[in-house]
Amino acid sequence: MANDVSGPVAFRAMERMGAKRVFDPARVVMVADHFMPAKDAKSAEQQRRLETWSREHGVTFYGQGRGGIEHTLLCQEGWVTPGAVIAGGDSHTCTYGALGAFGTGLGSTDIASCLALGSFWQQVPETIVVELTGRCGDFVSGKDVILAVLAEIGVGGGTNAVLEFVGPGAEALSVDERLAVANMAVETGSETGIFPADETVAAYLDGRSRWEWTAERSDDGADVRYRIDLDLAALEPLVALPHLPGNVQPVAQAAGIPVHQVYIGNCANGTLTDLRQAASILAGRRVHPRTRAIVVPATQAIWREAAAEGLLDALVEAGAMVTTPTCGACFGGSNGALAAGENAVATTNRNFRGRMGSPDAGVHLANAWVAAAAAVAGELVHPQEIA
Amino acid sequence: MRVEGVVLRVRGDNVDTDVMYPGAYLNIEDPAEMAPHLFEGFDPTLRERLGDGTILVVDENFGIGSSREHVPLAMKANGVRGVVGRSFARIFFRNCVNLGLAISRCPEAVDGAVDGSRIVIDTAGAVEIGDVSFAAPPSPPFLLELGAAGGLLEWTAARVRG
Repeated sequence: MANDVSGPVAFRAMERMGAKRVFDPARVVMVADHFMPAKDAKSAEQQRRLETWSREHGVTFYGQGRGGIEHTLLCQEGWVTPGAVIAGGDSHTCTYGALGAFGTGLGSTDIASCLALGSFWQQVPETIVVELTGRCGDFVSGKDVILAVLAEIGVGGGTNAVLEFVGPGAEALSVDERLAVANMAVETGSETGIFPADETVAAYLDGRSRWEWTAERSDDGADVRYRIDLDLAALEPLVALPHLPGNVQPVAQAAGIPVHQVYIGNCANGTLTDLRQAASILAGRRVHPRTRAIVVPATQAIWREAAAEGLLDALVEAGAMVTTPTCGACFGGSNGALAAGENAVATTNRNFRGRMGSPDAGVHLANAWVAAAAAVAGELVHPQEIA
Repeated sequence: MRVEGVVLRVRGDNVDTDVMYPGAYLNIEDPAEMAPHLFEGFDPTLRERLGDGTILVVDENFGIGSSREHVPLAMKANGVRGVVGRSFARIFFRNCVNLGLAISRCPEAVDGAVDGSRIVIDTAGAVEIGDVSFAAPPSPPFLLELGAAGGLLEWTAARVRG
């Protein structure tokens, strides 16, 4: 899998490798999502290159307006199954761990080699077991689970390892929440973050999966680097303050920080679950005069479901902008860049300096309830203060 | 793989690939056009100090975040031959190996590195600064094979040719 950013660089490398065709067109997917719609002529050229190449090679191609953000889309479209090994030209390919797949992010030369040969090199990673117990309380979601892990092990604690989420707390999370958790495994440095392929996954894949699959999990007594225990019932809404995803604090402690932009969307948290959470706060209220709110459903299908449920109308009535699915401002591409001195609350996965625009802006990562509450209050606030 | 060059010390833990190559420029496909954007969100003045044979000497967890190969491509296009660090983020490490850059994890060498020093990376297990040699973890055999081939592109090309 690759996109309009990683694809063209990979195609160039593949040509230099002398490879005329891909190893198996049925196992290659290309997705337009990063600069979608194109922000300028150069981006439009990239989109055209992605489309032309995909047609030439006979691979599956989700073009502009035909799919959405790659990781949410590939799960939704049944490409991701437990036990599968998926190479993606995007670091958040680790999202596929939500469905028990070894999805992992690679650079473009890796992707080129993979397109040509159907394989990539991999040092065998260690395993970090994350045992989840209890259930998330009010206004606590999958986002808070992974932020809590980041608070514990930091942005380098998972390097050369895989996070394996186990226990009754893991099995209690919905697929959408698991997507949010697995998505940010790479923020700990991990190769991927794997959930059990349990009944929740089986029900999700029923009528959706493109391949036969079998559930995989670590053997009993397998070596692990270390274990973390996390009681979900003890979690409260969290926020990662600028400029590192591991810079995590309870929202209540960060309350009062003025917020100029709220961004709800991306491959971590642009699901129907997130849109429902956002609408539950914003419906019947108004976005604060100081604040602008941008809502980006992750896929065309989610956009339509949200519209059918009346969520988008409620969000727009509150004063939010609902846009087409795109990676957009999450990586500073387009669709909501920040000015110097501005603060954003985003349901995205990275808050590095300059990530969403000006290097003098601050990005705060949080769940959709927290983001929507910030939109109403114009500042960071615990959602229970609003709801 | 044995690569010789000159030290440029880049300080800071957790330097991410966004600051090294901001997302706004990901619509570029040609490494020569990527080169002028390297380090743009971190310290653009570093670019003026890069030259043919530069070896970057970096701190902990260098290269976190995005898989964008634009970072090592822009490094190569600016003359960088290798990177020595206390530790690396995984995708950045892979990308360097794949592009034929010498990359070595060697905290002791980082402690001993001064801008302008002569430095040698031997991926078989050493970093030399001036006359001092520091032991580094040897690259696994497959990575040595990739290095000897010139990188993953050349390695794959040999397989495509059969």
